[in-house]
Amino acid sequence: MPLRLERQENVSGLRLALAPLLALVFTLIVGAVMFVALGHDPIRAFGIYFVGPLLDTYTLQELVVKAGPLLMIGTGLAFCYRANRWNIGAEGQYVAGAVVGSWLALVTHGTDAGPWVLPAMLVMGALGGALWGLIPAFLRVRFGSSEILTSLMLVYVAQLGLDYLVRGPWKDPDGFNFPQSVTFDANAVMPLLMDEGRLHGGIILALVAVVVATFVLGRTLVGYSIELGGSAPRAAAFAGFDERRVTYGVFAVSGALAGLAGIIEVAGPIGNLQPSISPGYGFTAIIAAMLGRLHPVGIVVASLVLALTYIGGEAAQISMRLPFDVTRVFQGTLLIAILAADVMVRYRVRRVEGTSHA
Amino acid sequence: MLDAAILGAVLASIVAAATTLLLASLGELVAERAGTLNLGVEGMMIVGAAVGYATAYGTGSLLLGTLAAILAGMAISLVFAGLAIWLATNQVASGLATTILGLGVAGLIGAPFVGTRLDGAPALKVPGLTDLPVIGQMLFGQDAFVYASLALLAAVTYGLARTRIGLVLRAVGESHAAAHALGHPVRRIRTLAVMFGGACAGLAGAHLSLAYTPFWASDMTAGRGWIALALVVFSAWKPLWLLAGAYLFGAVSILQLHVQGFGLGIPSQLLSALPYLATIAALVAISALKRGQGAPASLGVPFVPDR
Repeated sequence: MPLRLERQENVSGLRLALAPLLALVFTLIVGAVMFVALGHDPIRAFGIYFVGPLLDTYTLQELVVKAGPLLMIGTGLAFCYRANRWNIGAEGQYVAGAVVGSWLALVTHGTDAGPWVLPAMLVMGALGGALWGLIPAFLRVRFGSSEILTSLMLVYVAQLGLDYLVRGPWKDPDGFNFPQSVTFDANAVMPLLMDEGRLHGGIILALVAVVVATFVLGRTLVGYSIELGGSAPRAAAFAGFDERRVTYGVFAVSGALAGLAGIIEVAGPIGNLQPSISPGYGFTAIIAAMLGRLHPVGIVVASLVLALTYIGGEAAQISMRLPFDVTRVFQGTLLIAILAADVMVRYRVRRVEGTSHA
Repeated sequence: MLDAAILGAVLASIVAAATTLLLASLGELVAERAGTLNLGVEGMMIVGAAVGYATAYGTGSLLLGTLAAILAGMAISLVFAGLAIWLATNQVASGLATTILGLGVAGLIGAPFVGTRLDGAPALKVPGLTDLPVIGQMLFGQDAFVYASLALLAAVTYGLARTRIGLVLRAVGESHAAAHALGHPVRRIRTLAVMFGGACAGLAGAHLSLAYTPFWASDMTAGRGWIALALVVFSAWKPLWLLAGAYLFGAVSILQLHVQGFGLGIPSQLLSALPYLATIAALVAISALKRGQGAPASLGVPFVPDR
């Protein structure tokens, strides 16, 4: 096909902001086709999926509860992806953080240990996630192994580790043999922000992370070295930025934030350790980071949109008996659409006269 | 104690487990030799598994199911090709998107079939030879997928090394600019290579849901697509090494099951984690030995003509 992409110089900010909107519209069109193919009225389905959750205070709270981990993990991933380091194992770092933080909740269980337990759990969760994230960083720096594959493999390892703990040594002895730990004490759970619902303090910590990340990425030399190391590694080396330190740094930050999100989720909405503690937050956060254009503020918006697909998916499961996979299709389509839309606004597709081989 | 019959059955099941990995990694190897890193293997594989199962269940024909799985894998691979090759988007992100979409689509297709079963692909028997002790079942008592994977391995090995198509494909993967200057349609060749990868991943999925474990379960690929990707690195992009890698991983995943069965007091989760830990160990060993230098020079670099 004699088509050619031509890079546009000086793309306006408005045009760039258009890309996520374009992607959303495309996703909704695909969604409509999908609903019709599944034998549902697309208007009604969209109502249940995307409008219903916004009309009810309980689901609005749930929206924020689900957006919290996404934007916290996604903000960490922005550090990695800006540096061109492909951490796709945030789900594992989330689990590692939840496990390490929960250890403290379990050893202090029933001891009346005081109010320091929760803050200490959060710190330990962040450390656990950071350590789990530093494994692929170390393997890349020391041996040159692909961090993409090692970080992903560690997701399975972390999930199996959690599974072992809640079915084995950490199982609640009075839990009728259910594979879960004891319910955390009051000093080990996230404080609620409202009298009703599940909105908890995690969202405040997530927003603090967003503010700090915005400052670090946009206004400091550290942020600049991350950006430069990703886009022009040779220039960064000449400028004296240490590539290895950047690798360790971005993996530690993204691992810590994922681990923090994990322990917050366990100490918040879940309340104890279970075999499954995430509906795929670590993977969906990758989409949030991309959709938010690797900018913390953009990631907040993207996380709310993606949280809506979770809540809508739950509603559609109940009222339309649609499988939860509809949500995954929406999320995958959204990522595809944002990648394509990015090109569409930056490049112009031109017909080329005459024969041209592609 | 292990007697000959048990040993024979274990060896046969190792080959069966390795076949999924061999099929998927062969396809990915071809795509990578053409210069495209497609992280969508897991997604293409599971769509192949779901479509293959649904078709075979509906028509009663394993052959139709397999063909449908191949076509489905190719269809999903076009999503990646459209993004990464024709729109020159980041290949890592495009591959991830392909996997996420594939997992969702496969879940939707497979949902009505949860809890059903099929009669899996039958073992082909050679009178006399199949009954040989120990190696008989492993060599002469497998299903058609196993023999197809070996034939495909031979074809890819020969095709890459000895044919003109293979030469052009490798040239595109090593230096797309030079290949372009020589008049080769870089993006078309890459698209075909990615589609071949999709077809192989779809076939691997069909092997999973029609022969290895003939039922549908969501997420039944369980990371095999990612292990296949690691195997390509492990092989240093040489097809024959895929055979060694796939059978090694087949052995790890089968032997850990048998150790679980013996009940030696080792946590089953630790044993289940072995294939993933082995993947990490293999990746580290290969990069420590500097075998990673075999990577095609243009791997992962988008090609935009006239730039």
